Amino acid sequence: MSYLEYNTKRMPSGLAKVLYLNWPLVAFLIATAAYGVVMLYSIAGGNLQPWAEPQARRFAIGLLVMFVVAFVPLWFWRSIAGLAYALSLILLLGVEFFGTVGMGAKRWLVIGPFRLQPSELAKITTIMALAAYYDALDLKKVSQPHWVILAALIALVPALLVLRQPDLGTAALIALGGGVVIFAAGVHWGYFAALIGSGVALATAVIASRGTEWQLLKDYQYRRIDAFLDPTIDPLGAGYHINQSMIALGSGGWSGRGFMEGTQARLNFLPEKHTDFIFTTLAEEFGFLGASSLLLLYMLILGVCLLTALRTTNRFGALLVIGVIGTFFLYFAVNMAMVMGLAPVVGVPLPLVSYGGSAMIVLMVGFGLVQSAHVHRSRLPS
Amino acid sequence: MKRSEREKEFSRRTISRRGLILGGMQLGLAGTLLWRLRDMQLNQSEQFRLLAEENRINLRLLPPTRGLIIDRNGVLLAGNEQNYRVVIKRDDAGDIDLVLERLAQLIDLSEDEIERARRDMLRHRPFVPVTVAERLSWEEISRVAANAPALPGVTPEMGLSRYYPLRRDTAHVVGYVGPVSERDLEALEAPDPVLMIPRFQIGKSGVERMQEDRLRGRAGSQRVEVNAVGRVMRELDRVEGVPGGNVQLTIDAKLQNYALERLHGQSAAAVVMDVTNGDILALASGPSFDPNLFVRGISSTDFNALLNDEHRPLVNKTVQGMYPPGSTFKMVTALAALEAEVTDGRETVFCPGHMDIAGHRFHCWRRGGHGRVGMVSALSESCDVYFYEMAQRCGIDKINAMSTRLGLGIRYQLPITSVSAGLNPTREWKRNNRNSEWRIGDTVNASIGQGFVLTTPLQLAVMTARLATNTAVLPRLIREPLERSEDVAASLDLRPEWLRLIYRGMHETVNDRRGTAYSSRVVAEGQVMAGKTGTSQVFSITRAEREAGIRRQEDLPWNRRNHALFVDYAPADDPKIAVAVVVEHGGGGSSVAAPIGRDITLAALNDGRPPLSAYPAPQRNRIHSEQQEMEERLRRPEDMRLSRV
Repeated sequence: MSYLEYNTKRMPSGLAKVLYLNWPLVAFLIATAAYGVVMLYSIAGGNLQPWAEPQARRFAIGLLVMFVVAFVPLWFWRSIAGLAYALSLILLLGVEFFGTVGMGAKRWLVIGPFRLQPSELAKITTIMALAAYYDALDLKKVSQPHWVILAALIALVPALLVLRQPDLGTAALIALGGGVVIFAAGVHWGYFAALIGSGVALATAVIASRGTEWQLLKDYQYRRIDAFLDPTIDPLGAGYHINQSMIALGSGGWSGRGFMEGTQARLNFLPEKHTDFIFTTLAEEFGFLGASSLLLLYMLILGVCLLTALRTTNRFGALLVIGVIGTFFLYFAVNMAMVMGLAPVVGVPLPLVSYGGSAMIVLMVGFGLVQSAHVHRSRLPS
Repeated sequence: MKRSEREKEFSRRTISRRGLILGGMQLGLAGTLLWRLRDMQLNQSEQFRLLAEENRINLRLLPPTRGLIIDRNGVLLAGNEQNYRVVIKRDDAGDIDLVLERLAQLIDLSEDEIERARRDMLRHRPFVPVTVAERLSWEEISRVAANAPALPGVTPEMGLSRYYPLRRDTAHVVGYVGPVSERDLEALEAPDPVLMIPRFQIGKSGVERMQEDRLRGRAGSQRVEVNAVGRVMRELDRVEGVPGGNVQLTIDAKLQNYALERLHGQSAAAVVMDVTNGDILALASGPSFDPNLFVRGISSTDFNALLNDEHRPLVNKTVQGMYPPGSTFKMVTALAALEAEVTDGRETVFCPGHMDIAGHRFHCWRRGGHGRVGMVSALSESCDVYFYEMAQRCGIDKINAMSTRLGLGIRYQLPITSVSAGLNPTREWKRNNRNSEWRIGDTVNASIGQGFVLTTPLQLAVMTARLATNTAVLPRLIREPLERSEDVAASLDLRPEWLRLIYRGMHETVNDRRGTAYSSRVVAEGQVMAGKTGTSQVFSITRAEREAGIRRQEDLPWNRRNHALFVDYAPADDPKIAVAVVVEHGGGGSSVAAPIGRDITLAALNDGRPPLSAYPAPQRNRIHSEQQEMEERLRRPEDMRLSRV
């Protein structure tokens, strides 16, 4: 089969590209989305509405978008990367000035009939911009300080704009996604070591300063940290959601309480059970088997994408793929860690599974880019 | 930019290396997640499942239905009625003040009630439901139910609450229930968990309290699944409780009603007993009170009014009130003398109106004296001097023994609260309690039921029943036909010739022209009474008062007047019932207590209403108007609901 013909010199064109798509990736994506639809059906008490059916329809649109993006030659994406990045910055600034407020944060931009969430767009455009940046940059300059700082700015500017909305989760994902591309481009170890080192030092300073005269955070902020580290401290306050989530998750056991039998989810002990806490419901109803199989599916998606990145000689394509899967990984890892009580509650959905439109479409655009990189990869000489 | 092949190779290698490192890190983090998942779902799953169960399952106690209390004919004395109430749980309410404020807009809530609910909520643990309002109308409860979304933690509930259809008639016997208090709980060794339900009601006095175990029943339980805000989603299972058992009393509600009304306006007590088996047919203590007030939570104004009333409505005078028996005690002295063989009963004693003993002058109530009196006329005319003489001859010990034999000075085991033993004074008692030796004067005082002797109206009724039957009748309040109908009370072994003298004395008291209760005689065939009047001194008129012109009881303030007493049994030739009446500070036994005793006796013999024909013809006009006046106050038979048990 053509998918296996890595050594083909010829670049596929026209409808023949269909044969060169990364079909296992398509299969894994569909399987993952199926988990989501099934869980949304269960959470609605055995109803397709209000979540399962719209989610399935959105995923279908997402697949279509992915195919369209995949068919467009990779060079086109590289050439518009800067433009797309600039556009997303403008849109983020637009949110700053004209955005609509919802749930205590300004995230949406309404242009005519469309409701846009520029922060979602920025996740992809930042990665595209950095991949294009390193594709263009002389390899010798990659680790030179001012070029590193410029790359860091490319990642941090949209992140800071998102942070102002305020949306800590997405901002962190943008910055970290950018970091992944910078790392993959071969920037010297020292920068990362210094960054991690200073982060650790800051955290230590914050914790050590508690109760002293020069304490760095407000008392309530410390209490939030406490509740995060040990949710049982305040089971009805800050730790409530995490506690209930852990109860639900843990009570799933090996094979779960059964489809639509999760008491925690059905009885509303779980917050946001159709979005951020959907993994908890999955783990409650389908147990370790269900939860770990989804984790495995995610890792398979990462695996096939990473193979694509390793097999292409196209620098832009490889960096783009690594950036996309890096973001993808951060999505589900942070979400899972959160519901398991390993990370603070930040509004990060479970990719492809949580109910939600913008994130899903953007993610599918991302996988479309991966497919494009796969189809249009520079093949290795045999 | 165009790169050389070497550069391309370098770039590819760098990206591959860095990509693999990133992949490895991701694999490592995913492994951590998997490990955490395994730890929670496989190792700690039991623990988390338990927590989930605790979350969703609430155990609720189902209060048992309290048993009914009925009279000897099945008339309902204490029952249960539907009660709509609103309960609130602090846990689910969130902002208590806001919820209470909203609730107050829907139903009628006083500041007091809101304050009490708030206090109850803070006192109990947050998940304990607290009753905010009770006895709501259907409209009110519907309003609360319709506005449920705005009232988190508030649940409308339907329950049963106690009510006493005959109200004050049986207040002292049946008693009342009230919310469980800390004291109630402390008194119990292993309190039933149902008692922890806020405002669960427990017997506080009377039969309700003494028969608590039988009436309460056992709580059932219900396990319900609740959601995060505490709303019940479904019932998982239910263990039915055991309803409380019913209690049938020996009381006759109709007679009880008559007796209490007959005491109207007096601070008095009346006891009617079936002499054949000790069944207490009526136990009336006036004035009475409405026990329903206590069930609903009596206001402090009402409670203080009851507490400070000088006629003491809260006291059950029939068993709790202790009075010097006065001349009703003379049968005891007479029998003690007969048993001691210090008199044959036929000899006469001269009464000059007084007797000087050990340097003191003891007066007869008739200042002019009775002249020569035998035992029969000494009883019927109530000559004091005769008994002073007999008491000196036989001594206090014999009087004591006879008193006990006739049932005085004994605390009877009745299922009502505060049953008093009275006082049957002995030499030893005086030594221990008064720190002085018994004197002859004490014996002389005791012989006519004065001095230290104290009896309760119930004891006087028992004494009369024992005299009428010559058996050791014991009073009983709970009707258990199987248990005691067979075992007839033991004989008192009083010799028939002694009793004949007593009978004649009591018969002539009522039926002889010179008898002290002659004006209260009954003329109906087969309903003739035999009785004894008594007037016991509470305070003697002081010299200063005498000099100030106070000669008569009516001139004294109410609470210093004499107690009026009367005991009787009827019919005289075939005794069926015994009656004792005490009117506190009523004045004279013959003028005040005897007519009451007569009317109650006649009511007892005639299904609750004395027939006019039983009265002597000259009195009928007056009696008739008295009866008509009273008829308006009496409960009509149709008001007495028969309970099907």
